[in-house]
Amino acid sequence: MTASTPRPRLAVWKFSSCDGCQLTLLDCEDDLLAIADEIEIAYFLEAGAADVEGPYDLSLVEGSITTPGDVERIQQVREASRALVTIGACATAGGIQALRNFADVQEYLAIVYAQPQFIETLDTSTAISDHVPVDFELRGCPIDKGQLLEVIDAYLRRRKPAIPAHSVCIECKLRGNVCVMVAHGTPCLGPVTHAGCGALCPSYHRGCYGCFGPMETPDTRALAGALTGCGMDEADVLRAFRSFNGWSEPFRAESRRHEVPVVLSARPNGSPRPTDRGDAP
Amino acid sequence: MKVGALTRVEGEGGLYVEVRDGVVHDVQLRIFEPPRFFEGFLRGRSYTEPPDITARICGICPVAYQMSACRAIEAACGVEVNGPLRDLRRLLYAGEWIESHVLHIVMLHAPDFLGHENAISLAAADKPAVERGLALKKAGNDLLELVGGRAVHPVNVKVGGFYRVPTVRELRAFRPRMEAARDLAVELVRWVSGFEFPDATHDYHAVALRHPYEYAVLDGRVGSNHGLDVPDGAFGAEFTEDHIAHSTALHAHLVDGDHYLVGPLARWWLNHDLIGGVAAQIADEVGLERPVRNPFRSIIVRAVEVVAACDEALAIIDAYAEPDAPAIVVEPRAGTGAACTEAPRGLLYHRYTIDEAGIITDATIVPPTSQNQPTIEHDLWHLVEDTLVDGQFVLDHETLTHRCEQAVRNHDPCISCATHFLELVVDEQ
Repeated sequence: MTASTPRPRLAVWKFSSCDGCQLTLLDCEDDLLAIADEIEIAYFLEAGAADVEGPYDLSLVEGSITTPGDVERIQQVREASRALVTIGACATAGGIQALRNFADVQEYLAIVYAQPQFIETLDTSTAISDHVPVDFELRGCPIDKGQLLEVIDAYLRRRKPAIPAHSVCIECKLRGNVCVMVAHGTPCLGPVTHAGCGALCPSYHRGCYGCFGPMETPDTRALAGALTGCGMDEADVLRAFRSFNGWSEPFRAESRRHEVPVVLSARPNGSPRPTDRGDAP
Repeated sequence: MKVGALTRVEGEGGLYVEVRDGVVHDVQLRIFEPPRFFEGFLRGRSYTEPPDITARICGICPVAYQMSACRAIEAACGVEVNGPLRDLRRLLYAGEWIESHVLHIVMLHAPDFLGHENAISLAAADKPAVERGLALKKAGNDLLELVGGRAVHPVNVKVGGFYRVPTVRELRAFRPRMEAARDLAVELVRWVSGFEFPDATHDYHAVALRHPYEYAVLDGRVGSNHGLDVPDGAFGAEFTEDHIAHSTALHAHLVDGDHYLVGPLARWWLNHDLIGGVAAQIADEVGLERPVRNPFRSIIVRAVEVVAACDEALAIIDAYAEPDAPAIVVEPRAGTGAACTEAPRGLLYHRYTIDEAGIITDATIVPPTSQNQPTIEHDLWHLVEDTLVDGQFVLDHETLTHRCEQAVRNHDPCISCATHFLELVVDEQ
C-alpha cells in the first residue's frame, strides 16, 4: 500500500454478548498498534471509536440476535459492510443465551424481571447467519487471539483464512497430550468439537466442553455413547451438548435425543396437563 | 426481587435530563441491555456448572463471576476452600484486577482527561503511555493464562479449586514479569495523579468487603461507612432491587432506601488502612486522600489498586507451596449458599439453591454495576445542577455531554465503552 492508498476500514459490532470476543482484539497487545497502522479502526465502541460512518471494508460482529432492534440493526450492518465476519459462539451459534430457545422465555422473564412488560425481547437467541449472509464464521467462546489475527491478515491479503475445521483430538495429538477420556475416563467433547483452542482443557486435565462448537461432520451419537460409558447419565449428556454452542444443529439434535419425555398426569376434571420434566432443564 | 442482565449499553445509552424553571427535575440514565436470562437458564443445570456458565456474563471480569459462583456453591455444600488453593484464587483474581483496571484507566478513562476521543487518538499523541498500558494489561492477561489457562473465560477453575495447579517453578519463573509490571503500575499512578480533575465532592454510602488483615478481594464480611457489618452470604437481606421502565439494569438500594456505591472508591474508603507494600508508598507519594470523595479521582484509586494487585501476586508467588490436590471434593447436598467477592467494578453477589442431586433450582446474581446505577444517576444530577447558573447552562451541549460521559466512566460501569455516544436530551420547561 502506498501512502496515498486509504487504509481499509474496520468496524466492530456488538449484539447480545459478554464482550469477550471484542476484548480478544484489544488483547492483541503486541500487535494492536501495528494493526491500527494497517487498518483504520473506524467503529469500535470498546476502544472508543464511533465517529466514522460506513461503508466499512471489514465488519467483525460479536453477539447474537435477541431483540427486534437487533433484527433491524444487523441488516443495516450487512448493507454497510463489504465483508462481514462473525466472531464467537454468540454470533456463530446463538451463544449460551440460546438456552432460552429450548424453554419458555415468558417463564424466564417472570423469574428475572418484576415488570416483564418493560422488556422487549425475542423468544429466541439466534446466530447472525440466520439473518444475513456471512462471509466467514470464526468459532470460539471466546475466539482465539491468533486465529483472529489470521482472519484479519487473510482479509488484508485477499486470501482464505487458514482455520482448520477438524476436531480438537488432532490438536491434542499435536500437543502430545494423553487422551483424558481413554486414559482417565474423563468425559470429553473433543472428538466432536471444532479445533481452535489448541486443546486447552485436556492440557489442564479436564474434558473439552465444546467452546468452539461442532467440527465438520461430527459423530455426536457415537460420542454420546462414549460419554455414557464414562458414567454420565442422560441428563448429564443432555447438558454436555446443550451449552455454549447448544443451538448449533448437530449439538441441538443430539441433546434432544436425551430429553426425558414429558409425563402427562390427569387433572381432577379429567383433562391432562404436563408436569415438570424430570431432570431436563 | 431478582436481578437482570448486566448493564452494557447495547445500541443506545441515553441520558435524559428534565429541567423546569432552571432547576433539575429528573435525571435518567437510560440503558438497554438485551437480557440473556442467566438466572432463568441456570435452573436445571448442575452445581458444577456455574463457574463456566456465569463467566460468560462478562468477558472483562469472568474470574469475578467464577469466584463468586464457586464460593456460593461451596457454601451451599458446606465446604470452604483454604490454604494454597485459596491463595491461587487470589492470584488469579489479581491478574484480572490488573487487566480490567488497566483497560479502563488507559483505554477508556484517561482519554477523557487528556482531551482525546479515544485511546487510538491518545496513542497518536502519546504512544509510550498507551504502550505502557498495553504492556501492563498483557502482564495481567499472562497471569490469568498461567493460573487459569485462558484470559477470557479461564478453563482451569472448578467448584473446590482447580483442575491443575502450577508448580513452584512455573510461578517463580513468572516473578520477574510481576516485578516489571509493578514498576509500570507505579508509573501509571504517577501519570494519572497528574491529570486535571473537575471539582466534585460526594459523601458516598460506601459498601465493600472487609477482611481482618487483607485488602479484601475474595472473601470477608460486607461493611459500609454507615456501620453495616454482615457475613457476605447474608448480604442478600440488606438490599432490594427495583425494576424501572428506563433501564433493564435493575436499580439496587439498601433496605433503608439509600442508594450506595461499590467499587474502588468504596473499597478505598473502608480498607485504606489495610493497603501495604509499594501500593501504600505510591499512594502516599502522590498524596492520595483517605477517603476519596471526588469521583473523578477514582482513576488514581484504580491505579493504586493495580499496584496492590502486583504486590499481592508477588507475595503469593513467594509463599507458594504446591497443594496436595488441585481441588477439594465437593459433594452436593440440598440447600442454599451465597457469597460476595470484589469484582474490579465492585461487590458481586451470587446465591444458589440446589437439590440433593446437585441440580440448581434457583439462582440470583447481582452485579456491581446494577448496584451503582442509582448512585451514577445522583452523580449526574449534581453535575448537571452545578452547570446551571441562574437557570442557564454555563457549558455548551457538547462539553456537557462529554463531562457527563466522563462522570459515568468514573464508576467504570460495564457501559463505559458505549457511553462514548451518550445522547444527552435536555427537556427544558
